[in-house]
Amino acid sequence: MKVRIKYTKSELLKFIGHLDVMRYFQKAVKRAGFDIAYSQGFSPHQLMSFAAPLALGVTSEGEYFDAEFHSVVSSDEFVRRFNEQMAAGMEVKAARLLPDDAKNSMSIVAASDYLITIRDEVPADVKERFLTYVPHLLELDTIEVLKKTKKNEKIEDIKLGIYKVSVESYVSARELAGDPVGETSSIANQYVDDIYANDKLYMLLATGSEYNLKPELIVQAICKEIGYEYNRFDYRIHRLETYMRNEKEQLVSLLETGTVIE
Amino acid sequence: MNHLALSDEILMEIEKPARYIGNEVNMVKKDLKDVDIRFCMCFPDVYEIGMSHLGIQILYDMFNRMDGVYCERVYSPWPDLDKIMREKQIPLFALETQDPIKNFDFLGITLQYEMCYTNVLQILDLSGIPIWSKDRTMDDPIVIGGGPCSYNPEPIADFFDAFYMGEGETRYEELFEVYRKMRADGSSREEILHAFSKVPGIYVPSMYEPSYNEDGTLASFDPIYEDVPRTITKEIVLDFDKAPYPEKPLVPYIKVTQDRVTLEIMRGCIRGCRFCQAGMIYRPTRQKNVETLKKYAYEMLHSSGHEEITLSSLSSSDYECLKDLTYFLIDDIGNDDVNISLPSLRIDSFALDVMKKVQDVKKSSLTFAPEAGTQRLRDVINKGLTEEVILRGSMEAFKGGWNKVKFYFMLGLPTETMEDAEGIPQLCEKVAEAYYTIPKEERNGKIKITASSSYFVPKPFTPFQWAPMLDPETYIERAHHVKDTFREQLNAKSMKYQYHDTYVSVLEGVLARGDRKLCNVLYDVYQAGGIFDAWTEFFDNDRWLQAFEKNGIVKEFYTTRERSVDELLPWDFIDIGVTKRFLIQEWERARQGIVTPNCREKCSGCGAAKFGGGVCFEGKN
Ligand code: B12
Ligand code: SF4
Repeated sequence: MKVRIKYTKSELLKFIGHLDVMRYFQKAVKRAGFDIAYSQGFSPHQLMSFAAPLALGVTSEGEYFDAEFHSVVSSDEFVRRFNEQMAAGMEVKAARLLPDDAKNSMSIVAASDYLITIRDEVPADVKERFLTYVPHLLELDTIEVLKKTKKNEKIEDIKLGIYKVSVESYVSARELAGDPVGETSSIANQYVDDIYANDKLYMLLATGSEYNLKPELIVQAICKEIGYEYNRFDYRIHRLETYMRNEKEQLVSLLETGTVIE
Repeated sequence: MNHLALSDEILMEIEKPARYIGNEVNMVKKDLKDVDIRFCMCFPDVYEIGMSHLGIQILYDMFNRMDGVYCERVYSPWPDLDKIMREKQIPLFALETQDPIKNFDFLGITLQYEMCYTNVLQILDLSGIPIWSKDRTMDDPIVIGGGPCSYNPEPIADFFDAFYMGEGETRYEELFEVYRKMRADGSSREEILHAFSKVPGIYVPSMYEPSYNEDGTLASFDPIYEDVPRTITKEIVLDFDKAPYPEKPLVPYIKVTQDRVTLEIMRGCIRGCRFCQAGMIYRPTRQKNVETLKKYAYEMLHSSGHEEITLSSLSSSDYECLKDLTYFLIDDIGNDDVNISLPSLRIDSFALDVMKKVQDVKKSSLTFAPEAGTQRLRDVINKGLTEEVILRGSMEAFKGGWNKVKFYFMLGLPTETMEDAEGIPQLCEKVAEAYYTIPKEERNGKIKITASSSYFVPKPFTPFQWAPMLDPETYIERAHHVKDTFREQLNAKSMKYQYHDTYVSVLEGVLARGDRKLCNVLYDVYQAGGIFDAWTEFFDNDRWLQAFEKNGIVKEFYTTRERSVDELLPWDFIDIGVTKRFLIQEWERARQGIVTPNCREKCSGCGAAKFGGGVCFEGKN
């Protein structure tokens, strides 16, 4: 039985790399005592597949992995027992049973959205110019950035991969992400300082195997337009949610496929 | 903790930032309001090495069970971060609270390997603690060393306020009580250290003064106060079965060298190989009850989520309930989700049966550590492994499908000749030939033999502590000759041979049997940029040679010089239980090639029985 797990990664653990997060969850599954399935062969490993890798230094509330279990418990119990085993800085938010024919999360990821906080190191007037420019970004015909890969660098037009950009607060961004904050949750402060301040850059970007855009590139593009030198550490990057396309080609959260286990 | 000592900029710039953020599963958190002693435990090497050390896991767990004590951890910042910390003047911090180490009451440093000594200076320096003990004030933590290398603490004596001789489990309550009381009544650092020197097992270097003969050897080594003990007896845990054990081990995020549950089944070794320091300093051999271990296995796998478990001891085959424990692990614990990884066992039918069950025969190899190539030399070093045993074990394994064999040897052992060296390839050849006596259909393709030899370094508290180390030129010559002799063997194509580098071993040789005069050398090597000397990529022999030169130190005085048994040795003030008389006798027997039986065959009266426990009293109640 395949179960999809949604989890968060906060400031304290944003420097744990993708492979280490995988190992971390393998151990957490064991500590929680879940009935996970293993591959065959001399060095069996847990059948687990992670959705979109998160870059080092980025926090997130919309991370996913799928795992195969021999037997399952209720969604609530999954969440509760996982969270008893989490280190401070990670939290499991949801567990959904997937249909047998569900494709694994890695292959279906189509987009994710991010909230960028501009740090105080950036002068107030630059921040002002930055935020004022945001609504105009998509008015450009092409948005050209220098894309670096391991082998080479090339100029690329990334406009097609940018689905939305706007200025938001944390609270309004969570609404856009289809997961309203409700009661002002305590976790929110782990990702941004002032959850009501309307001074953050929100963006929904193509993610996954077909086309993948890193949020830094958009920030870079804006910096270029306003003539301010880009520095990665002037911005705090937070992922809100990871999306796939449904039958109608709409972007929906990865949680939409599964069902709550009673 | 909700802040990190290092900024995002720094953490993104360096390799493996997860080394510095703490917050691992099972990390202990305490409210500082309830804490009056802050202890930082340090392994002076990179995180992945330090996190694999069982000793710290044991002491971390034990300290944190004490009320009022909070034990945190620190490891050596890798050179990339080291550079940034110096540039930006960021003080070294502990992982748990991310607070500067300078604010702690104690900094405990484990000494496992001599080549980590420069890293000890790095830790002190980055913490903002004066490097020399004499320059420290009440504002600095008390710096205390422990672990196997503290059995000759002299080359680093001036950097430490105290050393704890022996097993950390026994004396800390007492030490902390003294500290609490004296801190409260406003005692000076000097007074506190003086009081520490009277706690059993504690050596305070500043309370002793060495003087030297003209030839550089030690003339005297005396306490400067009358009430400071002349000899220091090591501490050991007698009720080893009940000794505290970390049932909730720390679980790192990044892959560390030993990424698994470790069950310490036995401390000490009954064998008495004459080159082996561990075999002497951990005497007498003590075992854990097999039921205790079974319980730990369950609990530790459960609390860590590790998928692998292994056994730790100096010679697992000598653990009396090994069969019971191993089959329990394989049958009751190991399945899909738990791998059993066994340390190298003596190859016999039990070992082969077990290996078959836990590993892929096609991929795994047999391991033998004969240490010397001929029976004559094996008798000299008291290594009980014979050619017959090796051949018998290999044949049994070959018939079971194995075809890979690994051999470990040493070069430069006392009394070694060219013939002994040639014995290495000859022994390998015999094993290869034995393999081909098995009919083609019954064996698994070609045999693959890998042999390696290390450069023997004489260690304190072994019968070879008086022996000269072989000079590096002859070592290289011998190693080349071994390599050439390998090429001449019939089955040369199936055999690979490697030998260890010379420079590092020579320095190990200097430091292992060094004296206080070397403190200045270490200081100079460090000042010249020496850190991570245990890592080939950072090791620079010239830095050491220059420091020797500058301080008028001739390294051969420590390495290739044969010591007389009458010489006062720098570590003679330590009593490990095993007597000097016994070591002299063993040194004598070694040169005559007489083997000494192991503790279970026949007690040789080494002296360790004075602790009143362990193998010395087995079956004698
Ligand atoms: C596990 C292990 C490793 C692991 C983890 C590192 C480590 N040192 O633990 C790994 C695989 C990474 C490793 C690497 C190496 N190792 Co190693 N390792 C061991 C091993 C097998 C067990 C150590 C252990 O956990 N012991 C059990 C604990 C409980 O005992 P303990 O450490 O003595 O601690 C107790 C007391 O000493 C005391 N204590 C210890 N520290 C402190 C500190 C304070 C402040 C106090 C108060 C008390 C205290 O309290 C503890 C509890 O009683 C030992 C051999 C052995 N069986 O002892 C070799 C050993 C330590 N390693 C050795 C060597 C040579 C190496 C390497 C150089 C190998 C290589 N060529 O790369 C590297 C060097 C790495 C390094 N920087 O130390 C040698 C050291 C010989 C020497 N001094 O030159 C040993 C002794 C093996 C041998 N006989 O050759 N090793
Ligand atoms: S006293 Fe005898 S039994 Fe005990 S450690 Fe020494 S030799 Fe072994």
